[in-house]
Amino acid sequence: MSENRGDGRKTYLPEGMPAPAPSRDGVDRGFYEAARRHELAVQRCQQCGTFQFPAEWICHKCHAFDPQWHRVEPRGKIYSFERIWHPAHPALKSACPYLVVVVELENAGGVRMVGNLLGDPMQNVRFDALVEAVFEDHPAGHTLIQWRTV
Amino acid sequence: MMASAMDEYTIKDKAAIVGIGETAYYKRGGAPVSEFRLALEAILRACEDAGIKPTDLDGVASYSNDRNDSVRVATALGLPELRFSNMFWGGGGGGGSGAIGNAAAAIAAGFATHVVVYRALAQGQFGRFGQTPAVNTISGPIAYTWPYGMSTPAQWIALRTRRFMHDHHVTQDALAAIAMACYQHAQSNPRAIMYGRPLTRAMYDESRWIVEPFHLYDCCLENDGAAAVILTGRDRARDLRQRPAWVMAAAQGSDFRQGAGAENLPDYTTSNFKTLAPRLYAMAEIAPNDVDVAQVYENFTGAVMTSIVEHGFCEGDGVMEFCTLDNLTAPRGKLPLNTSGGNLAECYMHGLELIIEAVRQVRGTSTAQVPDAEISLVASGPMVAPVSDLILHR
Repeated sequence: MSENRGDGRKTYLPEGMPAPAPSRDGVDRGFYEAARRHELAVQRCQQCGTFQFPAEWICHKCHAFDPQWHRVEPRGKIYSFERIWHPAHPALKSACPYLVVVVELENAGGVRMVGNLLGDPMQNVRFDALVEAVFEDHPAGHTLIQWRTV
Repeated sequence: MMASAMDEYTIKDKAAIVGIGETAYYKRGGAPVSEFRLALEAILRACEDAGIKPTDLDGVASYSNDRNDSVRVATALGLPELRFSNMFWGGGGGGGSGAIGNAAAAIAAGFATHVVVYRALAQGQFGRFGQTPAVNTISGPIAYTWPYGMSTPAQWIALRTRRFMHDHHVTQDALAAIAMACYQHAQSNPRAIMYGRPLTRAMYDESRWIVEPFHLYDCCLENDGAAAVILTGRDRARDLRQRPAWVMAAAQGSDFRQGAGAENLPDYTTSNFKTLAPRLYAMAEIAPNDVDVAQVYENFTGAVMTSIVEHGFCEGDGVMEFCTLDNLTAPRGKLPLNTSGGNLAECYMHGLELIIEAVRQVRGTSTAQVPDAEISLVASGPMVAPVSDLILHR
């Protein structure tokens, strides 16, 4: 992950941001287990095939309970993006500007994920540009899913 | 049969806003008294404006998880009885018009006779909006966005605005026009925080980015203060001190899966009014071009733009033509917008101040009055879920 933003930091954003953790009720455990294996997983209903993310106990289409976790290709295209200049968290004071992208995954029913676009924060970002996931392991033990253009 | 069914299931003209009250508006953290006291002051002023005794109140409605509990209000004011106590779900400004609609519905249903809707904010006493709490771990849908520095309304509304602008060939000019219209209206409103502080296009362009495409001036203020409005039924409204602002229609709700986290809402760029606006106009039995003046909640200018589109004032591809300073300003614009200065330039009272301004327009007492305004629209909340909207008439 040395490519993060070209300034030597090992992660795209500084340490100190809230770390993601599975929900206590276990609804999203499969996502986090996959991320630790450097895989991308979203729910897919075993009854009707509908993709779903974030996780829920029920398929919103056919109402079958317990949609299964389904491994998807860690690729997609930039659906929207933004360059953030105002730090809304103390840990971000030295990190602005930074880029946030919304990525629509390939072959996953339009499911989207939010992450940072690695590289120069001032780079020219294009809608619909192809990106691939980069699994960013943090010392605290969690893995973030970041994106880089391909 | 359809017509009679419609007649039965409507709140059209069954209640009116008869009293409005506001405290002074302060900068964030600047209120000299407690939030609850601000709420009480606004309620008493609204009663005085209406010409009713505070003890005539028998119903309370609010929104955005207002901290000032209805039973505490009823107890503090010594209300003989509380017949209606109602909170609209959801945060931000989404419930402003919804609380008015709920109050009107309660009156039409016979639950209560005089319902007060209030909102009070003292961010010095409580936490601040627009900041991410310092916590170590998070779970649920926000765990897919906060660790990436995407946590505030400005940041999610900017993402959706950016996509809308891409899809409909919109430039910064439209956002600037919305901000400048609000500031221009605030210049004739001595109550406005930004009174005496006009905004030029150069100032707008040179102001710092919060998150592209939002400059500082595209973002709402944060303020302390309180506002209240009082509604009553058709029979009583005519005999009170003020000209009634009749509730012509109200709607509330949310489109398909708009609560999907991590930016998975299927209609990504909607202000969430696509399902509400047709219901609103149907109940009012009017068309968009019958609206004389509009107050559209500005959390951020981008969501105002999409609300204008979804209330039928222009097409998405027509934003650049429609959203101009001339079109959006009183007295002669096609759609005078946020004529008190709104959340951007008057005060951020979670949009209840916008409803009060909509009342002033039909009373004929706005500081940026639209001549002979008869029909006054309010849109509350854009790009949150649920949202709500409202039409008042003279």
